[in-house]
Amino acid sequence: MLNFQLDEEQQMLTDAIKRLASERMRKVFRDAEEEEKIPQAVIDAGWEMGLLPTAVPEEFGGFGEYSVVTQALAVEELAFGDLAITANILYPNNVAIPVMVAGTDAQKEAHLPLFMEPKQPNVTAALTEPHIQYDPRGLKTTAVLDGDHYVINGSKSVVPLAETAETILVYANEEGKTQAFFVPAGTEGLTVGDKDKLMGLRALPTNQIKLENVRIPAENKLGGDAGIDFNLILNHSRIALGAAAVGVARAGYEYAVEYAKQRIQFDEPIAHRQSIAFMLAEMSMDVDGARMLVWEAAWKMDNGEDVTQDVAIMKHFIDDMVMRVSDQALQVLGGYGYIREYPVELWFRNARGFATFDGLLMI
Amino acid sequence: MIDFTIPEKIENQVKMTEMVAKQVMRPKSRYLDEHEHERPDDFINMMWPVVREQNKATLDRAIARANGEGGTKVKTGPSTTILRLIMLVEMMSWGDTGQYLCIPGGGLGGFAVEAAGTPEQKEKFMRRFAEGDAPSFGAMAITEPDAGSDNSSMRTTSVLDEETNEWILNGEKIFITNGSLSLKESDGFCVVWATVDPNAGRKGIKSFVVEADTPGVDVSPGMDKLGIRTSDTVVLSFSDARIPYENMLGYSKVEKKKADKGFKGAMATFDASRPAVAASAVGIARAALEMTKELLAEEGIEVDYTKPKHQLTAVERDIMEMEAQYKMAWLLTLRAVEPMMYGKGNRLEASQNKAYAGTAVTKITQKAVELLGPLGYTRDILIEKFMRDAKINDIYEGTRQINLLIVARSILGYSRRELK
Repeated sequence: MLNFQLDEEQQMLTDAIKRLASERMRKVFRDAEEEEKIPQAVIDAGWEMGLLPTAVPEEFGGFGEYSVVTQALAVEELAFGDLAITANILYPNNVAIPVMVAGTDAQKEAHLPLFMEPKQPNVTAALTEPHIQYDPRGLKTTAVLDGDHYVINGSKSVVPLAETAETILVYANEEGKTQAFFVPAGTEGLTVGDKDKLMGLRALPTNQIKLENVRIPAENKLGGDAGIDFNLILNHSRIALGAAAVGVARAGYEYAVEYAKQRIQFDEPIAHRQSIAFMLAEMSMDVDGARMLVWEAAWKMDNGEDVTQDVAIMKHFIDDMVMRVSDQALQVLGGYGYIREYPVELWFRNARGFATFDGLLMI
Repeated sequence: MIDFTIPEKIENQVKMTEMVAKQVMRPKSRYLDEHEHERPDDFINMMWPVVREQNKATLDRAIARANGEGGTKVKTGPSTTILRLIMLVEMMSWGDTGQYLCIPGGGLGGFAVEAAGTPEQKEKFMRRFAEGDAPSFGAMAITEPDAGSDNSSMRTTSVLDEETNEWILNGEKIFITNGSLSLKESDGFCVVWATVDPNAGRKGIKSFVVEADTPGVDVSPGMDKLGIRTSDTVVLSFSDARIPYENMLGYSKVEKKKADKGFKGAMATFDASRPAVAASAVGIARAALEMTKELLAEEGIEVDYTKPKHQLTAVERDIMEMEAQYKMAWLLTLRAVEPMMYGKGNRLEASQNKAYAGTAVTKITQKAVELLGPLGYTRDILIEKFMRDAKINDIYEGTRQINLLIVARSILGYSRRELK
């Protein structure tokens, strides 16, 4: 039956994340952005919430039931706190989730226990490529089978925590299809390049990587010989990004509402003016409606439906929505919106990234 | 527990309604659009027995409950009435919105009686929608020539004649949907909002049930409109129209209680009717979107949902945008009715929903005409009709602007004084 109420566990989880967001993330996020470094204690606090272990079934050492809806709820609240910190807390998911939904039993047994440890594992994934015509379903990085090894060539960008990663799950084009391969750090031909200089997300360390004739055993291919259904992986990532975008948009929207009520001009709060109030009303519709797009896609995914088309439409809308709402939030603040003492310009910069953030988050 | 499941029973009703939409409504769409004041008799006669039996069941249940009967069989769990309503409205509007608006039954007048009437009034006024061979209609009259969105400044008066214990109505109401069907062409009624004290503002406004064929009530010929031309839209003029005292909604003979819901009662009906209008808008949007995609596919143009945005053609991008807005409008509709199902308030959600859907369908249908080029502009296909029909959703049951005002007040926690 149609119902949009969170269940008890979801409520407890989102309440806990709300506290983390307001008491920890929001306390450090501006300094983290300026210094390009997130305090380890905040990342640890996020990891210790155990979002991943509660999403992994018991048979693989977890203690939960996997629900895309629940994960989406969590990600919205985390991203409301701060997007860069969210990506740093969740980056091991970029390996764990693909293994869980597409790995062979042997791969699940080999990799999943790593994510049940109290300490965040150093594993990451590389999907994005540093060129204009980037298309996750048509990657320029190639993987070619050579005997019992794959040879991988290409470059990747926006790889979170690449410098410290012990394993990188590299996506590459194998005969026109996107497949994923475990590449251990130190493999010959793999070089971690300079840190990316991005418009936003500056607190999150991401790097370019280069793969020159990188040879890995054939069994390092995710999903074994059959490989993966990449649409499934991409849908997981895009629902996560959709939920995160709703969180970022909501951060700007809520900040703008409070500001508009307190900012006095012409002897009354600017929110008394329809030009401001109507902008806020439209933002609320954008945020609340976009959340429904995310929930519906997540719910369908939990029910085993192919959501590729839903997700395409959702992404089309949400990439613009988060930019539009963040822009409006900045506009409500006027000159203060442009000043780095206030948070809105940071959300505004982060918002634009959603059009290119594929693979950065995974639920 | 977040869940988008629609009960199977409702899904089945939607499927039946789809057959009516395809076989009864669509074949008459163009003809009725071009013959503005003709009635959609096929649709009305087909729907009347369905509506009547459903109303009968609802009414009998309500009365049994009021009499304390069937007490052991208390229904628990969410109410699906509003969910069924929006699902069926969406499907009928997909068929033809002008015809859908002529659906027999209580309509907005019925909503008002349900929201503000006493049990006796419900039995007295609603029974006609549950029996008889000829269809019966209800209507509601709020808007006046000088009181549109600002309906608290209405000028229609209701003065008590203490000798006869009757209310005497004077004034003019415009844009009254189903005004003629309810008052001239059936044994229906119209709920008329009037002030008993012009100096009291909102507090003086009460609602009165005016029966068909009441002397002193003039029903104009149908108004000529841009779209939804099949819908019956008239002007009602009241010159010393006399109605019984107990026709004031909320008045109870038994408890000697005066109507107290007044203006707020009128506004409460909007909480249910706004999602219904949004659902209607969504129905038109889907009709336009489906037809556009079909016609483009015949030309070999189909959206590739796996391409990245920067590789989409302009047409693909337009279609994606239309689909996104359509989905947003529908999901906001579900979000607006869900609280009602669980007995919670939905004023904010209903206005967000109505404001979004009205504008979305307006944009979607305009884009559909554009995408189909010269063919889209012809009256050979229904796309241009969808565009004309769509625009009303940005206007009735509160314009976009009024709904934005309600949304803004709600999110800011402001009163009418703080945000005008």
